[in-house]
Amino acid sequence: MLHFALAGNPNSGKTTLFNALTGSTAHVGNWPGVTVDKREGVYKKGEQPVNIIDLPGIYSLSPYTPEEVIARNFVLDEKPDCIINIVDATNLERNLYLTTQLMELDVPIVVALNMTDVLDKNGDCIDVRTLEKRIGLPVVEISALKGDNVDELMKRALETVQKPRKGVSVLKDSLLGSAIANAEIALQLKEVEAPLFHAVKLVEKDEIEVQTHPSEAKAVQAFIKENVAKGNETVDTEAEIADARYKYITAHFSTTLTRARKPDYNELSKSNKADKVLTHKWAGIPIFLVILFAVFHITFSEDFLFLGALIAPFGEWCALESDSVVKAIFFAGGLNSPGVILFNAMDAFTAWLGDMIITGVEGLGASAWAVGLVSDGILRGVFGVLSFLPQILVLFLLFSILEDTGYMARVAFMLDRIFRRFGVSGRAFMPMIMGFGCSVPAMINTRTLADEKEREATIRVIPFFSCGAKMPILLAVSGGIAASFGVGNADVITYSMYLLGMVVALLSLLIMRNTVARGETSPFIMELPIYHMPGLKNLMLHLWDKAKHFIQKAFTIIVASSIVVWFLSSYGWNWQYVDNMKDSILASLGQFVLPIFTPLGFGSQLSEWGWVFAVSAVTGLIAKEDVIATFGVLAACIGATVQGGLEEGVGEVMAMISATGIGIPALISFIAFNMLTIPCFAAAATAKAELGKGKFRWTLLFWLVTSFLVSTMIYTIGTWVWTIAIWVVVAALAVVGIVFWNKFADSKAEYEKNK
Amino acid sequence: MKLLSQLKVGEKGVITAVNGEGAIRRRLFDMGITPGAEVYLRKKAPLGDPIEIALRGYELTLRKSEASQVEIE
Repeated sequence: MLHFALAGNPNSGKTTLFNALTGSTAHVGNWPGVTVDKREGVYKKGEQPVNIIDLPGIYSLSPYTPEEVIARNFVLDEKPDCIINIVDATNLERNLYLTTQLMELDVPIVVALNMTDVLDKNGDCIDVRTLEKRIGLPVVEISALKGDNVDELMKRALETVQKPRKGVSVLKDSLLGSAIANAEIALQLKEVEAPLFHAVKLVEKDEIEVQTHPSEAKAVQAFIKENVAKGNETVDTEAEIADARYKYITAHFSTTLTRARKPDYNELSKSNKADKVLTHKWAGIPIFLVILFAVFHITFSEDFLFLGALIAPFGEWCALESDSVVKAIFFAGGLNSPGVILFNAMDAFTAWLGDMIITGVEGLGASAWAVGLVSDGILRGVFGVLSFLPQILVLFLLFSILEDTGYMARVAFMLDRIFRRFGVSGRAFMPMIMGFGCSVPAMINTRTLADEKEREATIRVIPFFSCGAKMPILLAVSGGIAASFGVGNADVITYSMYLLGMVVALLSLLIMRNTVARGETSPFIMELPIYHMPGLKNLMLHLWDKAKHFIQKAFTIIVASSIVVWFLSSYGWNWQYVDNMKDSILASLGQFVLPIFTPLGFGSQLSEWGWVFAVSAVTGLIAKEDVIATFGVLAACIGATVQGGLEEGVGEVMAMISATGIGIPALISFIAFNMLTIPCFAAAATAKAELGKGKFRWTLLFWLVTSFLVSTMIYTIGTWVWTIAIWVVVAALAVVGIVFWNKFADSKAEYEKNK
Repeated sequence: MKLLSQLKVGEKGVITAVNGEGAIRRRLFDMGITPGAEVYLRKKAPLGDPIEIALRGYELTLRKSEASQVEIE
C-alpha cells in the first residue's frame, strides 16, 4: 500500500484534512511507543487504498522542538511515497517557509492550499496556476473543513507518485548557493540519501547534521570561509539561509496573492476584536477564571446557574414527584447542570440494565457464587465506572472547544508572566489543562515545549491535573462525605480538590525548577492563531475516540480487575468461598499493606474493615476507575445495604464510612493520595516513553513522595490543627536548604569556570 | 537603533538584525522574524509581558527578553 505523509504548520487545518481523508477509519496510534506518535488512517475513495500518516504540526524542519525532530526523522527515514503539504492560504509566507524546506527532499510533494474560501470572503485571491509554476509542485485548492476538492487532491497526489522527484532548492542563486552545491556533491559521493536537503542543513550548521557528517561539515565551513566570506570574518549562515528563503518567498510566491485592500494594522479583524475583550488588560484574566469556573460548573454542579433559590418554591413538588425524569433534572430543590443530568440518565440506565441481568442470571437457576460474580464482581464494578462516562465526555468536550477555537493560546499568552515565576513558560499551560481530560495525550503534547528540563518537569506534574478517570473518586468520596457527615456541599469539596491538585503542581514545578530540573526559563515564542468556530465533525470524532477508549477500558481492564478483586475478597487462602469477607485473601493482604497508609489516615487506625481504602488505592494503579469499581465490589461483599436513590458510588462510599469509622480528614487525604500518586498504567508508560533515559525511576519516586507527603499533611492538620506548626517549620527548612544548596552549586560552577 | 522590545503599542518598524545565538534565534528566524520584515506591535499581555506582534500576515507572541534581541528601525 502507498504511504502518504501529511505535513504542515500547526493550525493549518492538517487534522481536519486528515479526518476528511480518512473518515472513520482513523485510529490514534496506540500508546505512543518510543519513536513516532503518528496518527494513521486509510483513504479508500480512490482507485487504490492509501495509508495516510498525520505528522505533528511544525514550522520548520530544524530540530527545535521534539515534534520537529519526529517529523523530520519520519520524512527522512520512513520515506513516504508522497508528502501532502498543507498550506494555509491566509498565512502564505510563513506556511511556504516549510514548503521551501520540504522541496529540498527527493520525495514527490503536492501542495494542498487550504482556506482559500476565507481569502475569497475578504476579496483577496491567489493565482494558483502561477504559484504552481513558480513552486514547481502541483498545487490544489481545497477546503478541508467542507471536504471540497479533497478527492482531486488525492488524484493529483497519485499522479505525482508515478515518477520520482529530485529535490530543488530556492537557495540556488543565494549567497550560499555555491556552498550548498559543493556540499551536495560531497554528500552524493558519500551516497547519502536526499543529498540536497542534508547539504543545506550542513551549510546552516544544523546540530544534528554536523554530528552525522563531521568531516563534510568542516570542509563546508572551510569552503565558505574561502569563497563566500572573502576577507570577512565569518558568514552567519543560519541567518543568511532563513533570510534567503523568506526573500525568495516574498519575491516569487507572495506576488501571486492579490489583496483587495492594502493591509492596515489599525483595521481590526474579527479575531483582533474578540481579543480586545478576551485578552483585555484588566478583564482578560478575570474572564478566563470565569470561563474555567463555568466549565466545571456545567460539568458538575447540582445547582446549575444558582437557580436553586429561584425554583425552591417548586422544590416540594420535585420531591413528591416520583418520576425519574424529573428527579434527574432537579435535585434537592436545585436545577442540575447538563453534566449531572446526563450522569443521572446514564446511572438510571445502568441500574435498570443491571437489574435485568441479575434477574436473568437468577432466573437461569445459577448458583450463589455465580450470581455473586456477576452482580458483585462484574456489574458493580463496571457500571459504577460507566455511569461517569457522560460527565467525563462533557468536561472533555468543553476543553476541546476551548482548544479548537484558539482561546487556549491566548490563555498561555496572558499567563506566561505568572507561569514564568514557577519556572515554565505559558506554553506549558496547554498540556497541563489537557491533563484534566487524560494524562496520556497531555504528556504527548509536551513535545511542543522546546526546553528539555521544562518538559520533564511538566510531564511529572500533569497527573496532578485530575483526569477524567479520577473524577469518579472525587465525586463519589465528596458525595459520601457530604451525605455521611452532613457537612458542606459536595461540589465545593470537588472543586477544592481540583484546586489542590493545581496548587501542588505549581509548587512541585517551582521546587523542581530550583533543584533537579534547574535551568534558564525556556523561551516563549508562539503563534496566536485566528479564532474560529470549532468544527462539529472534528469535535464529535474527538469525543467518539475518547468514549470508545473509555468503554474499551471499562470492559477489559476494569472487568478483569473487578473479577480479581471479587475473587480475592470472596475466597480464603483455602480456596473456599468465605461467608465473611474478613477471612478472605484480600483481607489478609490488605492487613499486610495497611501500616503504610497509617500516616495518611486510612491505615491501621481504622476498625476491622479499614483495609478497604488501602486495597482500593492499590488497585487504582492499574486504572484510576478501579478505585470506585473496587469500592463497589467491596461494599457488596461487606454486605452493606446501599441506600437507594443515591448517586452511583456515593452509597458505596457511605457504606465504607460507616463500616470503617473513617473521618473527614482521612477521606480528603484518600482523595489527595489517589490524585497525586503514580497514575494509571497507561499514563505511567507514556511518561516512561516521553522522559529521557533513567528519568522514569525518579519520576515514580517523585509521585510516591509527593502523594504521601501531601496526604499526610492533610490528615495530620485536619485531625490535629496544631501540627500545622510542624509543617511550616519543615517547609521553611526545605526552602532554606534549597536556597543554600543552589548558592553553593552556583559558586562552585563559577569557581570551575574561572579555573 | 531601536529594539523590538522598545516598540510602543500601535507602532510599527522594519527588522534590521536578529542578535543572540542558538535555538532561540533559530526559532525567531523560522517564525519569520528576518531582516526586512515589517512588524507592528498589537498589544501587551495583561501583566505587561509578553507582547503580541503582527508580522507576515499573522500574529505572534514573544517575551520582551526575546524581543530585545531583535533590532528594528
